Amino acid sequence: MLERILHLLRKEFLELRRDRWAFFRLLVPSIVQMVVFGYAATFEVFHVSTAVLDLDHTQESRDLVSRFGFTGRFDTVKIAHTQADIDAAIDRGDAAVALVIQPGFASLLRKGQVAPLQVLVDGTNSNTALVALGYVNQIASQFSQDYVADLQHRTAAGLSLRPVQIVLEQRPWYNEELNSRWFFVPGLIGTLLQIIIVNLSAFAIVREREIGTLEQIMVTPIRPVEFILGKTVPFFLIGLVQAALIASVGILWFRVPFVGNPLILLFGTCIFLLCALSLGLLISTVCRTQQQAFATNFFILNPLFILSGFSFPIASMPQVLQWLTHINPLRYYLVVVRATFLKGVGLDVLWPELLALALIAAVLMTVSVLRFRKTLE
Amino acid sequence: MKLVRLTAIARKEVLQIWRDPRSLMLALLMPAMQMLLFGYGVNLDVDHLPTCTFDREGSQGSQALMKRFQASHYFEITRVVGSYAALKAAVDDGTCKLAIVVPPDFSAMLVAAGSSSVQAIVDATDQNTATLALGYAQAVVGTFANDVAVEWAELHGRAQPTQSVSVDSRVWFNEQLESRNFIIPGVVALIMALVGAQLTSLTIAREWERGTMELLVSTPVKPMELMIGKLVPYFAIGLLDAAFCLVFAIAWFDVPFRGSYVTLFLTTSLFLVVILGIGYLISVAIRSQVGASQIALLLTMLPTTLLSGFAFPIDQMPAVIRAITYLVYGRYYVTILKSVFLKGSGLTDLLLPVAALSVYAAAIAFLAARAFRKTLD
Repeated sequence: MLERILHLLRKEFLELRRDRWAFFRLLVPSIVQMVVFGYAATFEVFHVSTAVLDLDHTQESRDLVSRFGFTGRFDTVKIAHTQADIDAAIDRGDAAVALVIQPGFASLLRKGQVAPLQVLVDGTNSNTALVALGYVNQIASQFSQDYVADLQHRTAAGLSLRPVQIVLEQRPWYNEELNSRWFFVPGLIGTLLQIIIVNLSAFAIVREREIGTLEQIMVTPIRPVEFILGKTVPFFLIGLVQAALIASVGILWFRVPFVGNPLILLFGTCIFLLCALSLGLLISTVCRTQQQAFATNFFILNPLFILSGFSFPIASMPQVLQWLTHINPLRYYLVVVRATFLKGVGLDVLWPELLALALIAAVLMTVSVLRFRKTLE
Repeated sequence: MKLVRLTAIARKEVLQIWRDPRSLMLALLMPAMQMLLFGYGVNLDVDHLPTCTFDREGSQGSQALMKRFQASHYFEITRVVGSYAALKAAVDDGTCKLAIVVPPDFSAMLVAAGSSSVQAIVDATDQNTATLALGYAQAVVGTFANDVAVEWAELHGRAQPTQSVSVDSRVWFNEQLESRNFIIPGVVALIMALVGAQLTSLTIAREWERGTMELLVSTPVKPMELMIGKLVPYFAIGLLDAAFCLVFAIAWFDVPFRGSYVTLFLTTSLFLVVILGIGYLISVAIRSQVGASQIALLLTMLPTTLLSGFAFPIDQMPAVIRAITYLVYGRYYVTILKSVFLKGSGLTDLLLPVAALSVYAAAIAFLAARAFRKTLD
C-alpha cells in the first residue's frame, strides 16, 4: 500500500511542476498579498491632510494648531483665510480634516470660559474620520489641561481654579505600538493557506476527471483511500512548507513578534490543513470541469474570507452572520495564529478553537470521502 | 463594418450566455451575493465591545464612572472581576477586548489633588478596534471628569472650567460615520470588475476550446465586428448589474445617493469599457478558459480589492505603493463612486479621475481592437 501511495505522490509533484497556471493562480496572489498587507493595507491613521483657518491670530490659537503638527497624525496642507476656502478644501478632498478657530478664542480662554475649536471632517472614509476625530479630541483635551494648569500657576484668577483631571492610562496589550501589520501578517498564513490548498486539491482531482485519467487510475489496483491519500499528502506537505515560509517572512522581514509556542501553531495548522484539503476534495466531487471548480472555489472561498475576521471584526457583524462564522474553519485558525504570534497563550486558552477546528475537520473529511467514493462508483 | 454581422455575433453571444447556467449565475447571482456579503459582513465600527471592569476602590465615585461605561453603547460590560489574574485571563482568552481598572485611591486622589487616573487595558491584536475603543474610552473618562468638576464648582459656589477648549465637530458627506456608507459604493466597482472580466475572459477562449474558432474564421466577420458584437451583451449585463447594485445600495442599505445618475452612468460605462477590454484581451491571448479566468481574477479583482482605496485608504500607503495605485484603474472608479454617492460630485469635480479613466479606456479599446487576428495558428 505504501509503495502505491509513494508512486502517486511522485506523480502528483510531477504534475504540479508542469501545471503552468498553478504559478499564476497561487504564487502571484500570495506575493501581492504579502506585500500589500505588509506595507500598504492599514487602518492606522497618520499624516491626515489638514486645512487650518485661524481667525484669532493669538499665541494660544497658534499653540493649539502647532500641537496638531507635532503628533505626526496631522499634516497641515493648507492655511486658509476664509471659511469658503475651508469648505472648498474639504469638498474637493484636498483636506480630510479642517480646524477652524474663530476670533475671540484666546480672550474666552483668558476669561476662564470654554473656547470652541471647530473641526470639520470628511466622513467619506468613516474609519479614518473616526480615528482622526479621536486624536483631535485627545490633542484638544491635552491642550485644555495644560492651559488650565498653566493659568493656575500664573494668575490670581487661576489660583481659585481647581482643575479636575482624570488621566486614562492606555495599555494596548500584545501590540503596544498599535501596528496594524502585526494584525494582518500573521492572519495571511490562514487566508493564503486556505486559498492555495483548497485550490490545489480541488484542481488536482477535477483535472484527472476532466481529461479522463481518473478512470485509468481506478482500473489500477489502487484503492480509493490510497488515491485520496496520494492526492492530499503532497498538498498537506506543501501547506506546511508554505505556512513556515509565510511565518518566517513575517517574523524575519516584517518583524512581527512570535511569543507563543510553535508546537501549538503547528498542531493548529495541521488540523486546519485537513479542513482545507477536505473542502478541496468536496469541491472536486461536485465539479466536472476545471472551469466549474474555479467558479465554485470563488463562490465558497470569498465568503469564508470575509466572514473570518481577517480584516473585519466578527463582533461588528449582524447576529446571523456571526452564527455563520462558527462553521468557518478559518475563523478559528486565525484566532490560533494570532494568539500564538502575539498573545503567547497556551492550550488552556486555545482548546475551544482547536476543538472546533477538529470537529469541522472530522465532519468535512467524512462527508468528502464518502461523497468522493460515491462519485467513483 | 456591417451592422448585420455585428448583431449576428451579439445574438449568438446572448444565446450562449443564456444557455450557460454558470455564466448566468455569475452575472445575476454574484452581484446579490457580494452586495449582501460586503454590506453586512464588512463593518469596521466598534459597538458593544465586550468589556471587563476591575474596580479596586468600590466607592460611589468609581461606580459612577463604571455606570458611564455601561451607559455608552460602544461598550458592554460583560464581566466584573475582582483580581488582576481574572482580568488577565479574560483578556487573554479574548472574552473581553477592553478592561477598565480603577485604582484603590481613585476617589481619594480626586478629592485631594483633583487629579486621578484610570487604566484602560485593550486587546490590541486587532489594532483598529483597539484604537477606536481607546478613543471612546477617553471620551467617556473626559466627560466624567468634566461633570465631576462642574459638580464640585456648584458645591463650592465657584464658576470654573476644566475643559477650556471644547471640540465642536461636524462631519460632512457621511454624517453618521457609518462604515457601510463608505464600503458599499466601492463594492459596485468590485462587482463590475469581477463579473465583467470573468465573463468576457471566457468568450474567445471558449471558441478555441470548443473548436468553433474555425467556423468563426471562415465567416466574413471582421475582427472589429467580432469584438464589438461579443462585448455589447456583456456591456448590457454590466450596466444591468450596476443598476441592480445602485437600487440595492439605496433601497436596501440606505446609502445616501447625492450625485446625478447621468454622471454615474457615464463613468460606469467608461469603467466597463476598461474592464471588458481587459477581459477580451486576456481571452484572445490565453486560449484556455481556466487560464483566462484565473488571469482575469488576478488583473481585475485583486488590485480593485486591495489597491483602489475600496477599504484601505490610499493616502496611508507608502509612497512607492501609492505611486503604483495610479496604475490601478479601479482606483479612479472607486473615487468617482464614493464622490458621486456621498458628496454628490458632478463631472466637473471629478475631472481628474474621469480623465484618467478615459485615457485608460481609450488605450484598452485600441489594444483590444487590434488584438484579434483571423488566423488559426
